[in-house]
Amino acid sequence: MKIFDSVDQALSCVESGQTIMVGGFGLVGGPLTLIDGLVDLDITDLTIVSNNLGEKGEGLGKLLEQKKVKKAIGSYFTGNRDVGEAFQRGEIEIDLLPQGTLAESIRAGGSGIGGYYTKTSVGTDLAKGKETKIIKGEEYVFEEALIADVAIIRAHKADMLGNLVYYKTARNFNPLMATAAKTVIVEVDEIVEAGELKSDEIITPHLFIDRVIIAKKILTQEGVVEHG
Amino acid sequence: MANLIQELIAKRAAKEVEDGQIINLGIGIPTLVAKYVENENVHFHTENGMLGVVGIEEEDIDPNLVNAGKMPVGEAVGSSFFNSAESFGMIRGGHVDVAILGVLQVDEQSRIANWAVPGKNIIGVGGAMDLLVGARKVIVTMTHTSKDGKSKILKDCTYPITSTRSVDTIITDLAVFNYINGELHLVELMPGVTLEQVEKNTEARFVNVLK
Repeated sequence: MKIFDSVDQALSCVESGQTIMVGGFGLVGGPLTLIDGLVDLDITDLTIVSNNLGEKGEGLGKLLEQKKVKKAIGSYFTGNRDVGEAFQRGEIEIDLLPQGTLAESIRAGGSGIGGYYTKTSVGTDLAKGKETKIIKGEEYVFEEALIADVAIIRAHKADMLGNLVYYKTARNFNPLMATAAKTVIVEVDEIVEAGELKSDEIITPHLFIDRVIIAKKILTQEGVVEHG
Repeated sequence: MANLIQELIAKRAAKEVEDGQIINLGIGIPTLVAKYVENENVHFHTENGMLGVVGIEEEDIDPNLVNAGKMPVGEAVGSSFFNSAESFGMIRGGHVDVAILGVLQVDEQSRIANWAVPGKNIIGVGGAMDLLVGARKVIVTMTHTSKDGKSKILKDCTYPITSTRSVDTIITDLAVFNYINGELHLVELMPGVTLEQVEKNTEARFVNVLK
């Protein structure tokens, strides 16, 4: 049974030192309930793979404040000034990747690919120290795939089997991360009976999903609110 | 609120848009371009995973429907949503016709710097490097000089470059340049601007091809 009643149960597999993928583009499509669950856990030395590290004191920003993050892998940390400051103080390691490279590395990791060559970042500071290769006359840089111990993601609806559909631009990294971790935990607005999601509308088939909970934190125009 | 100079640059950039194009707009001045595009047969792509971006009225704002600048947007007829890997596949794969981007500096080879400032806590690159390698045409919009009056069109960028790719067109509050055969060509002065003003405020060498 994949449906879990509480955040604590759903996150029981999380341990110190793990690599955790976190879906979302900023707060949009972020698993806000599960992130708060991580904040409540007594864990440390996490490697977080996520486009951003929340905002100052919001979302993943809370984990940073608690000094639970050892390393962050993502593309845009500018939105949270605490990240730059923690980095300057030597408190966290950062692996900055172009956004498309971050996405493709997760896609590759989830589909059994060890790495790949991309033109993005060739000749820039972000390609320093990385292997390059000329393919058909053009230079490419080698990027390794990313995988994680746990992924926490957000979807719109799940059925009882764990099939998922997403909502508008809240999709972003979520379907990719669903494929790339040993344990995948999703929070959703609604859980429906198997068969209620049409087969040809399902974006993430259930074999990727391990645990499902109902979201308790919702992003609204007024900000993040509790519900239910 | 955007100021008049930004609006002027955005309005000029909108003239570069051609019928049927797929266009990606960056954060800042580029976002303003959309409202000046009169052709309805163009489609706006945003790298967080949507094709068919349009403006939205205040009362219809949906917090889970945003562009790459996390600003609320609306859905055009025939719009679609996709994941981040597919979105950047569109970009790197050459399926986006035009990227209009904001920049911090441009050099004489029309290479841009727009993702990092040495000595500052800016740790973010987002989709800039992907757009530079993938978009068929890249237009940059910028103020010609920094707040302290220094040229932002330089012989060499002092900030780290975003790509080795040269951008095609540079639109500022003073002038329009095209990069042709390895040289910056001054093709247009903005209204009320003199050639002397452009010369005085441009460190990079350029060829004057004004008619």
